[in-house]
Amino acid sequence: MKLAICAGTATTGKSALLHHVIPRLQRRGWSVAFLKIDVQYADEDERFARDFSIPTRKVYSGDLCPDHCNVMVLGDAVQWAEKSGADILLVETAGLCLRCAPYVDRGLGIVVVEATSGMNLPRKIGPILSLADIAVVTKIDRVSQAEREVFRARIMEAAPQVRIREVNALHGIGVDPIADAIARQPDIDAELTLRGNPPVGTCTICVGKKTIGWQSHFGVVRALENQTFYRGE
Amino acid sequence: MANQASIDWSGVNGRGGQLSANSPLDQGGHQQSVIRQVSIIGGKGRDGLHDAIDRLDLNMGDVVSVVGPTGSGKTTLINDMELFADGDTPTGRRILINGETPPEVFRDDPSRNPIALITQHTSFLSDLPVDVFLHTHAGIRRSSSREADELVRQTLDFANQLTGEPISLSSSMTELSGGQTRSLLIADATIICDTPIVLLDEVENAGINRSRALELLRGYKKIFIFVTHDPRIALLSDYRIILRDGRIADVLKTDARERALAPTVARFDDVLSDIRDRLRQGLRIENFDFGDVA
Repeated sequence: MKLAICAGTATTGKSALLHHVIPRLQRRGWSVAFLKIDVQYADEDERFARDFSIPTRKVYSGDLCPDHCNVMVLGDAVQWAEKSGADILLVETAGLCLRCAPYVDRGLGIVVVEATSGMNLPRKIGPILSLADIAVVTKIDRVSQAEREVFRARIMEAAPQVRIREVNALHGIGVDPIADAIARQPDIDAELTLRGNPPVGTCTICVGKKTIGWQSHFGVVRALENQTFYRGE
Repeated sequence: MANQASIDWSGVNGRGGQLSANSPLDQGGHQQSVIRQVSIIGGKGRDGLHDAIDRLDLNMGDVVSVVGPTGSGKTTLINDMELFADGDTPTGRRILINGETPPEVFRDDPSRNPIALITQHTSFLSDLPVDVFLHTHAGIRRSSSREADELVRQTLDFANQLTGEPISLSSSMTELSGGQTRSLLIADATIICDTPIVLLDEVENAGINRSRALELLRGYKKIFIFVTHDPRIALLSDYRIILRDGRIADVLKTDARERALAPTVARFDDVLSDIRDRLRQGLRIENFDFGDVA
């Protein structure tokens, strides 16, 4: 199975982008499953299930950082998506502090940033941009050509190896190459590993344990099925 | 205006009249000096019917209008051009540069996106002073500071010819009026941007001098595409691409009769603008002098 993780702060256009990506993948013959990770509210699972007849799930991270939540539930989610018969699992997650990055090895990492967030944004955010494979810039019709070009130049300066795609996620302009990149992605391995080092902290993820799956962690953990529970001494 | 549309139905590269090569930018030896022509190879619309053209060549200096009702496929056509479509979008259209399939790098590198875009929603978000802002943009072109100064000067000069209220270099971007903003957006996209195509999507009601704008734009070696409902702009274009049901239904070269009609349409338009201005100022418009227009 292929995996793509789409990260970015609220209202940047992640869901609008994926709403255009999913039918393009379906037209190319792929079966897609969708997981949404958000803090306290999301309805994309219902919308995507209705619009595209695909298996969807959502998880609320609540007190947990959404990226931590992603590490916890992603193992379960991959199994769920495989059981549902999907070829591709799309995960949408809100990166809150921008210090973590939810991307895993062999999964495609997509960060969605909006051109309207100011020309300095690429200089302000860290691994969520620099560890991504593709930076998708949305709302390009809202800003002057000057700001669009400076924004682009500053992404290239902050993350030279990241591919940039500028899209109009509302109308689906420029989306095809993103669907192509997902379709070209190799299958994931049995064991998934987080791509970057998480920041210093106190839970097992915070102290740097990168193995995917709640089974490998202690403290407040979360499974896809169960809500928060405590595991450990 | 003696502009010839350069519509090429057959694929033989005919070249029309105005290739005004006097733009100061042409001496820089960058992108526009290499891209001479962008061609659309026809595909099909939503109904499966083919575009009415096999091939349409857009040459540097052309001013083109794209017209058609909402949902007729104007956005899709722009999408094809932005992506350098290669038979891989829903329309099956292909985009050629100088008659050839553009190299892969054009599709992968967003700085090769051929289109600078200005829509009715576009604005400046920066609160920098005009001077600093324009220098920031000119700076990413890596030109020398003397060249950057010259670009900024030209941009401001261009913008000031479109707006009735002169823009000062020291004012903050966010203080600009709607008309000043629109003028500066167009000037910046024309002079500082490196794209061969400037797309102006329904910017007509923007408080700018449109006739002057079209006159000035013709001095630059770029392709200007107006997505427009404005008869004045449509008639001042070299030709118009008509979209219907997702396909290019026709391409009409502005003919001699239409060109002759353009000044009258412009006067109508001026009369309406004048009425609009009077209403704005709280004046009554009875006994309005319609002159020779009505």
